[in-house]
Amino acid sequence: MPEPPCSVVIENLVKRFGSFVAVDHINLAVRKGEVFGFLGPNGAGKSTTIRMLCGLLRPTSGRALVAGIDVARKPEAVRQKIGYMSQKFSLYNDLKVIENLRLFAGLYSVPAGELRGRIDWALEMANLKGQENLITGTLPGGWKQRLALGSAVLHRPPILFLDEPTSGVDPISRRQFWDLIHEMAQEGVTVFVTTHYMEEAEYCNRLALIFRGKMVTLGTPTELKRDSMKGDLLLVECDSLGRAVEALQSAPGVLDAAVFGSALHLVVAGAAEASPRIRSYLAERGIAVRRIEQIRPSLEDVFVSLTAGHGARQEATA
Amino acid sequence: MFARLKQMLIKEFIQVLRDKRTRFILIIPPIVQMLVFGYAANFEVHLVPTAVVDFDHSQQSRDLISRFTSSPYFDVRRQLDNSRQLRDAIDSGDAAIGLEIDAGFAQKLLKGQAAPLQVIVDATNSNTALITSSYVTQIATGFARDYQLDRIGRIDPQVVEQLPSVQLRQRPWYNPDLRSRWFFVPGVIGSLTLVLVVVLTAFAVVREREIGTLEQIMVTPIGRAEFILGKTLPSFLIGLFDVSLIALVGTLWFQVPFRGHILVLLAGSVLFLLSMLGVGLLISTISSTQQQAMVTSFFFIMPAITFSGFGFPISTMPQWLQYCTYLSPLRYFLVVLRSSYLKGVGMTILWPQMAAMAALSSFFLGVAILRFHKALD
Repeated sequence: MPEPPCSVVIENLVKRFGSFVAVDHINLAVRKGEVFGFLGPNGAGKSTTIRMLCGLLRPTSGRALVAGIDVARKPEAVRQKIGYMSQKFSLYNDLKVIENLRLFAGLYSVPAGELRGRIDWALEMANLKGQENLITGTLPGGWKQRLALGSAVLHRPPILFLDEPTSGVDPISRRQFWDLIHEMAQEGVTVFVTTHYMEEAEYCNRLALIFRGKMVTLGTPTELKRDSMKGDLLLVECDSLGRAVEALQSAPGVLDAAVFGSALHLVVAGAAEASPRIRSYLAERGIAVRRIEQIRPSLEDVFVSLTAGHGARQEATA
Repeated sequence: MFARLKQMLIKEFIQVLRDKRTRFILIIPPIVQMLVFGYAANFEVHLVPTAVVDFDHSQQSRDLISRFTSSPYFDVRRQLDNSRQLRDAIDSGDAAIGLEIDAGFAQKLLKGQAAPLQVIVDATNSNTALITSSYVTQIATGFARDYQLDRIGRIDPQVVEQLPSVQLRQRPWYNPDLRSRWFFVPGVIGSLTLVLVVVLTAFAVVREREIGTLEQIMVTPIGRAEFILGKTLPSFLIGLFDVSLIALVGTLWFQVPFRGHILVLLAGSVLFLLSMLGVGLLISTISSTQQQAMVTSFFFIMPAITFSGFGFPISTMPQWLQYCTYLSPLRYFLVVLRSSYLKGVGMTILWPQMAAMAALSSFFLGVAILRFHKALD
């Protein structure tokens, strides 16, 4: 069976701002119809990458192909094929809903014959039917964001770039938003989305984890949770979390220790033999353990474990 | 191409016309400023507060003082008793000019000697002081001449008839009453347009950059030419509207005569507006926030107006500064404005100004468009 064509191909992409390397030799390929997540903390280089893919920034070196076109060479040719939603809401607040839609339909050269149908479809999709004449600035956050998505897909682009689309949106709107994304993906639209919400990352078909401009790992959420941890994960509930985590970081057999809410997550080589050792290790230091058990890692655990190692390595070489 | 440009223009005009504040800003302040400038910008000197100390108390000294009292330029408010009071009056600003006539004034005149009249001028504002002094000179020489003729006439009336003299026949062309308002009003039209269009254009782009809409527009297939035209054409049309509005106020309210051809003024306005669009656009490419745009605009606006000959004559500036004035498009527009209003001359005389503005427009617009490409990166 032939490989499905790739919608986005990134080869050795680098972006420097002065001496700061925002994006550091990233390589990846996004398949058609995939919901591809770009996960990382703020400042990791997610937005910079997506802006290069949209032709808003010129790469320092390397290449990005979007719909088979080199973005840096022919940004204009790429634009008809992509939809882009930026991190910040960036439609015109002083225009009415319908005026924003008409403007973007016009800028994307939606044919006059289809204009009505497309705008209706976008309103339907954004659940804004009947609200056409509201001034955009007065809409609640979730509505604005659906309108932004609606405006970005008026021209039915095969590829959609969403830069932290759900930041500042309530959980229910966020859920609805992701339903929309999946509907579009089912129709064959490739969705490239950045986020720093771990639970959102779970909605993606595949994820790239990015940290300090470098890609740390790539895979499906299940693969990442299964393969990326270097050991077993233990949940420890105990007193004086701060002192405990400090002590455990240098304890023998503990690969990593971090505070997660009101408990500790420990990465150990083997859960079975480590549990009693940790219980006594903490007891020796006067810390009572209430509960200790092996748990399945979440994406957040994966992320913390991978970036901690990465950071440590970087600091060691620095 | 035109479909997308049309969409941009529709959007721009909806934005301008929907916002009450924007509508207000485009109409009311230009009119108010025109009215304020029209009344305030004035070099004429009338009714200068004057204080007098007369130690002589002679008929001659009283005659001299009465000439000041009856002059429209002086307002002799106070007759003081000593020099100290005179000094105080000038210090406190009660009087801008002080006249002191020493005892013996009449006697010296009678003896045929030079009789001193001490004139103290508050020269804090050197310009008004200069003008006031010249009025004092006129009155004093007039008095002296009349006194001389009177004396000679008493000795020998025939000699008076044979005394040679030069009679001035002043013909102030274009502004026979020497009204400084006629000079200023056309200048105000130019300066107001400059400020308005530069700020409007710079902000139109920078605001979009600041709120992020610029990025959203840039990921659409819109071309840079379409975008730039879409942003500048509204400023241009608004600028043209405001020039007409302010010019109407100048003509109808202040009654400054318009003697030239309206098409000549229109051509000059178009060229001037183009250069200001270029400057505004250029400012927008080097500013990322509206605050920066504001500060940068002022760096341009202040020298552009100073170097234009709006208030200070260019011919009195030092040579090297005079070269700088060639860079201010307003300099040329003011010539076109004043010539169109007062002189009524046409293209045959104004073509060098038109050519200079065309050259500066191409330069500013060219650099702005080149920089605009980079600024998006």
